[in-house]
Amino acid sequence: MPTAIPQPVERENYLNKEYGVWSWLLTTDHKRIALLYLLSITFFFFIGGFFALLIRLELLTPAGDLVQADTYNKLFTMHGMVMVFFFLIPSIPAVLGNFLVPLMIGAKDLAFPRINLLSWYLYVIGGVMMLHCMLTGGVDTGWTFYAPFSTSFTNTKIVEAGLAIFVAGFSSILTGLNFVVTIHRMRCPGMTWSRLPLFIWAHYATSIIQLLGTPVVAVTIVLVAAERALHLGIFDPKLGGDPLLFQHLFWFYSHPAVYIMILPSMGVVTEIIACFSRKRIFGYGFVAFSSIAIAVFGFLVWAHHMFVAGISVYSALVFSFLSYAVALPSAIKVFNWTATLYKGSIHYDAPMLYAFGFLGLFTIGGLTGLFLSALGINVHVTDTYFVVAHFHYIMVGGAVMGYLGGMHFWWPKISGRLYPEGWARLAALIVFIGFNLTFFPQFLLGYMGMPRRYYDYSHMPEFQVLNVLSTAGATVLGVGYLLPMIYFLWSMRYGKPSSDNPWNAAGLEWKTSSPPPTFNFDTEPVVTWEAYNYDELDAPYKQEVPVAK
Amino acid sequence: MQNNASSAAAVHADAHGEAHNPALLHHFAEPQQQRDAASLGMWLFLATEVMFFGGLFCAYLVYRLKFFGDFAAASKSINMPLGATNTAVLICSSLTVVLAVWAAQTARRTLLLVSLAVTMLLGLTFLGIKGIEYKDKFEEHHVPGASFSFDKVEIPGHPHQYADPSHAQLFFSLYFVMTGLHALHMIIGLGIFLWLFAMAWKGRFTPEWHTPVEIGGLYWHFVDIVWIYLFPLLYLIDRHP
Amino acid sequence: MSDHSSAKSSPLPTYFVVFFALLIGTALTVYAATLDLGKFNAAVALTIASIKATLVALFFMHVKGASEKLTKLVVIAALFFLLLLLGLTMTDYATRLWS
Repeated sequence: MPTAIPQPVERENYLNKEYGVWSWLLTTDHKRIALLYLLSITFFFFIGGFFALLIRLELLTPAGDLVQADTYNKLFTMHGMVMVFFFLIPSIPAVLGNFLVPLMIGAKDLAFPRINLLSWYLYVIGGVMMLHCMLTGGVDTGWTFYAPFSTSFTNTKIVEAGLAIFVAGFSSILTGLNFVVTIHRMRCPGMTWSRLPLFIWAHYATSIIQLLGTPVVAVTIVLVAAERALHLGIFDPKLGGDPLLFQHLFWFYSHPAVYIMILPSMGVVTEIIACFSRKRIFGYGFVAFSSIAIAVFGFLVWAHHMFVAGISVYSALVFSFLSYAVALPSAIKVFNWTATLYKGSIHYDAPMLYAFGFLGLFTIGGLTGLFLSALGINVHVTDTYFVVAHFHYIMVGGAVMGYLGGMHFWWPKISGRLYPEGWARLAALIVFIGFNLTFFPQFLLGYMGMPRRYYDYSHMPEFQVLNVLSTAGATVLGVGYLLPMIYFLWSMRYGKPSSDNPWNAAGLEWKTSSPPPTFNFDTEPVVTWEAYNYDELDAPYKQEVPVAK
Repeated sequence: MQNNASSAAAVHADAHGEAHNPALLHHFAEPQQQRDAASLGMWLFLATEVMFFGGLFCAYLVYRLKFFGDFAAASKSINMPLGATNTAVLICSSLTVVLAVWAAQTARRTLLLVSLAVTMLLGLTFLGIKGIEYKDKFEEHHVPGASFSFDKVEIPGHPHQYADPSHAQLFFSLYFVMTGLHALHMIIGLGIFLWLFAMAWKGRFTPEWHTPVEIGGLYWHFVDIVWIYLFPLLYLIDRHP
Repeated sequence: MSDHSSAKSSPLPTYFVVFFALLIGTALTVYAATLDLGKFNAAVALTIASIKATLVALFFMHVKGASEKLTKLVVIAALFFLLLLLGLTMTDYATRLWS
């Protein structure tokens, strides 16, 4: 039994400054709040993953023999709602963003620390409401809760689920608000906009979307709840209402929401690629502005989710064109990351493995998005597993990979310990293999015509082989996710203590101790260097001959 | 950049350990930074509110264009003089709010208290008039639901053509949700101003620090602006005699 | 947003002018609704409302004068995205019956 390895010198830091449950539950320290979020979103990740497991088990056989149809409807609904609203949307901003934004800009905390704590409580309250809803029957409308099924026909607990999402949405809005004000008002001396880490630019762009998009889905939920509870028929066709109006209002948020989920991950990948190629990012300005462009363009494309729903063809053409345009800033990022890697000194540590995974999988997911934006193809593959594969490539192959990479990269800073590198590389590989085995077959299934949200595909039993592969992949992926959870926990007691900057990385967060003190820096930093100054950081190690004095 | 200059100055202030305004929170370097953060925060929050109401305005726009006649008929049946009075009430309250801010800036304690109090009174008046309107709608069976009825109401400008009751019900659904949400924001505003009044009573505001009055004022003006749009859109679709 | 410029003269006259302008605007919009302007009734009503809203924003909310560019940017951004929501949604509804 290895003995616990204590910190060599027990300096005061944000973890050991105070002990006791209330010092955590009433904290206003952004770093502690980040950890509170880490615990909560991991909890919901398990719940969402549990539903995924049941879905994949059902789909092992063509017949609907594991659960009933109604139950299956609830499974994919709850999987989607929990994963989107209670895992993906908060994940990187609430955990890594909360922890790192003040550190990266040289501030003592976020602009509104108490509102930050309120954000977490709102998330928890929304989460508890959602849990209660699930335990008392759940919802069966799909995570998109389209009218009129959600408003007039279903008997499940829409109002409660809707209110849970409303409350969690408020949490998201307040986090975005906090980040924007912090980035504008609390940068330390010398930290100009063009010296900001691109992680900050990514979170700034994400925050804009959170602020301007979330309220629209919030009011949509209010309308759905009003329609169910008070019989106000805004979307009711019997009253002349238009169910498509629901879809317009819903997707006005939910499309930009996917950029909330991917932009922070892109920010993480940028930091990792720079560090593990030992190079400054190629085209800093392009990457920064492409983040803002994605945020703005992302609001222009929502009706591409509605091509076959009955919108006007002319409108569909407009949205199809705009959907092609929104791919441009993402492509710019991919080119810039690739150019950064070129002639870099590549190190294959675990964070970099996740970044490589991101590059490939996000590109595949993004390209298939272009397929979907073409009206002709969309008609064939909409509501099939092609779409399911597309968005899982981006959200899991993209966002979750970025999240895991970021957790590994900044783990020494957060915990003061090093994770075991060998296990981490193995886990990254398992995640990559498991992911592709799960979701690549789904592209094929969708293209061949397997519809999504069907619990029974016995009319086309030839789909079974690919479904079995997919379920096998899901099992491997699950193992890949469990490993980091185990060794991160292990490292908190038995991991090697970390130095201030184990990666010799650029960024103000690496200039303070690991873990940082409560107020982040012993003295306020003054920045006089450009971002990603890896030349300077590596210079001491590049001398071959000592300089004669 | 202005921000860097003020932050640089702050480095010196902190290093000298100078005493500062007790209202200055620890993570800010100086009061101006804190004020600017609060102001930006409130403006961003108002931007989210624009989008929140915006979804409702979107629904309203779509249906008004689709069912113009029916909407005009429904609009004519709500009490325009009361709506206009409410508009005037809110405009007066915006004036008292701006006077309250000026009073706080110039250390006029009595004026500050009176302005805050009158603002709240005007807000209550607004809600009272709204209550009367809602009561009228309830009695006329214009509240959407099982007991809704809108029979034989002529479409303005089209004699002998009657409004479709189901489309009229759409109008009233939007009417109640939009004005109801607005009223909810009004009630929250009253709560905020009550708290401001209590703080002002205790003498907490000075010309150097009265940020809550300023940002509370911003919120109130926003609620006024929403009503400035709601009034003509809901009450004035067609008032040809 | 804060009082950098306490050196300038009293803002009170401006406040009262704007106040009366707002009341006049309200009376005007009520009057305009009684006229038969066809399609322009809506345009007139919205124009008057927008002028009133602008007055409140510029003078009562101090967007003009005391603020920095960022406040104006936030206001413009909010309006821009609102118009995006309304406008792009209307590309669907306005063209549904074309084919």
